[in-house]
Amino acid sequence: MARIFAVLGSLRGDRLLVEAPEKGITRHRFPARRDERFDAPGEGIKFHIRDLSLFYGKRKVLENITIDIPERRITAVIGPSGCGKSSFLRCLNRMNDLVEGCRVEGEVLLDGEEIYGRDGDVTSLRRRVGMVFQKPNPFPKTVYENVAFGPRVLGIKDRGVLDGIVENSLRRAALWEEVKDKLREPALALSGGQQQRLCIARVLAVEPEVILLDEPCSALDPVATQRIEDLLAELKEKYTIVIVTHNMQQAARVSDYTAFFLIEKQGDPGRLVEFGETGALFTAPADERTERYITGRFG
Amino acid sequence: MYVIRREWLVKRVLLVTAMVVVLGLALVVYFMVKESIPAFKQAGPANLFSSEWAPGEGRYGMLIFLVGTLATTAGGLILGTPLALGLALFLTQVAPRRSRALFSRGVETLAGIPSIVLGWLGFTILVPWIRELSGSSGSGILAASIVLAVMVIPTITAISRDALEAVPSTYAQASLAMGATRWQTIRRVQLPAAKHGILAAIILGMGRAIGETMAVAMVIGPASVFPTSLTSPTHTLTTKILMEMGESTGVQRSSLFAMGLVLLMLAMALIALMRRVSGGRSATPEVVE
Repeated sequence: MARIFAVLGSLRGDRLLVEAPEKGITRHRFPARRDERFDAPGEGIKFHIRDLSLFYGKRKVLENITIDIPERRITAVIGPSGCGKSSFLRCLNRMNDLVEGCRVEGEVLLDGEEIYGRDGDVTSLRRRVGMVFQKPNPFPKTVYENVAFGPRVLGIKDRGVLDGIVENSLRRAALWEEVKDKLREPALALSGGQQQRLCIARVLAVEPEVILLDEPCSALDPVATQRIEDLLAELKEKYTIVIVTHNMQQAARVSDYTAFFLIEKQGDPGRLVEFGETGALFTAPADERTERYITGRFG
Repeated sequence: MYVIRREWLVKRVLLVTAMVVVLGLALVVYFMVKESIPAFKQAGPANLFSSEWAPGEGRYGMLIFLVGTLATTAGGLILGTPLALGLALFLTQVAPRRSRALFSRGVETLAGIPSIVLGWLGFTILVPWIRELSGSSGSGILAASIVLAVMVIPTITAISRDALEAVPSTYAQASLAMGATRWQTIRRVQLPAAKHGILAAIILGMGRAIGETMAVAMVIGPASVFPTSLTSPTHTLTTKILMEMGESTGVQRSSLFAMGLVLLMLAMALIALMRRVSGGRSATPEVVE
């Protein structure tokens, strides 16, 4: 019963928050430091993660992950299935909160602010840290309404402003030319690759600082995959990108940094084995296990 | 040879079963029409749809009862739908996983309560209560609406719950991951995606409310007069047929058939409406690859 009240309370709290929208769509309760560092891309660290452990109920899924995610760079997370790389990604925008019995230990600092802090505001965190899922998951709405969803949630009603955001986001997701005449058509009528780029446009529409991608190309054909990879290379000019992938070639192609996760044996939690510049990690891995994995000898 | 004979037999048996059902339905409609013809011929449609019920003087108007049926049904839905939707949302979005089954059982049990029990509780508890509060007789559209609301809540809740559960969780995840609150996610993503199912649920609830007789009869009055307020006694089509069936002959009896026919047509219209609503279902399209 206590839990029910807690959830009801969170419902009410959320609503109060919505009823006090400020103008503009980049509103944060966290200090937004991106702009200060705009002229020095890549120098900052976006996420400081210290001794992060994750539990689902009694099961430990991740253990003592310590890693710094560089700003405006692409960081790839690789590792065999079940090594906790997706769970790790979901720690960064607190999507794990949705899992009943989930618990997090350690520190996750976004621009120096603890995201699991007592007054950590999950909704504004998720606006800063957008997420693209494994399977394209556009809403059963029109192309336009999919992109306008985030801004609408933030309280933007002005048609002209929405039109501008929609076009701008679709352009940045390299989708505008293909869908500009189909804005009123259902998003689910697009091809899989277009749907995934639409999902990226949907995330861009709320002006996030970080984009998390959870195996975004695993359901796509090579051509569509190529387009997403090209897009990521463009997006890192402005955004910090973390991509989980089971495809090592993809990690080697697109990322600047790579983190290798592994579970030693069945039932163990996932651990970070090695983290470093992608070139170095793939050509001269420091850890023997990394070498075995990238040369395809296990996993 | 034996197999072929058996196949043939099974086919015939199934065909006969289907024919019997269809024929039965056709017979029902046929009899209702046939028996109402004297009323339409001798009294005339104008008389039948007037607001005066006085068989002794040759007045067979069913307008009062039609209004009673529509008003109590609307009342039941107005009271019941928000509660049922709230309950369905609670079951699917808020309740912890373990207690969901418990609440769902509760709702299903509510659906199993015989209507006579609800009518009895209405008659013994609800009507006196309304009587005290309003100073009227207590029976009437309000009491009937409340009883009907209790009856339609399980139907609407169960079907809305199924419709909401059928919404892929990836929609909610996408919405939450964009920083939408739970409430925004419910209102902007999940309810729209489930709206066909929810509409079908409301229409099914409506069907149940329109045809309900016993429970309504116990709290509606009864009286063959136009309701002047929500707490004045009146009648519905079903309760009027119930009260008059034993002691009517001739045109009066035929006019009861005409009422039944109107009720039947209302129910059929509802079913047609529901087919249209849920036929255009796009609640859970597969993500095409």
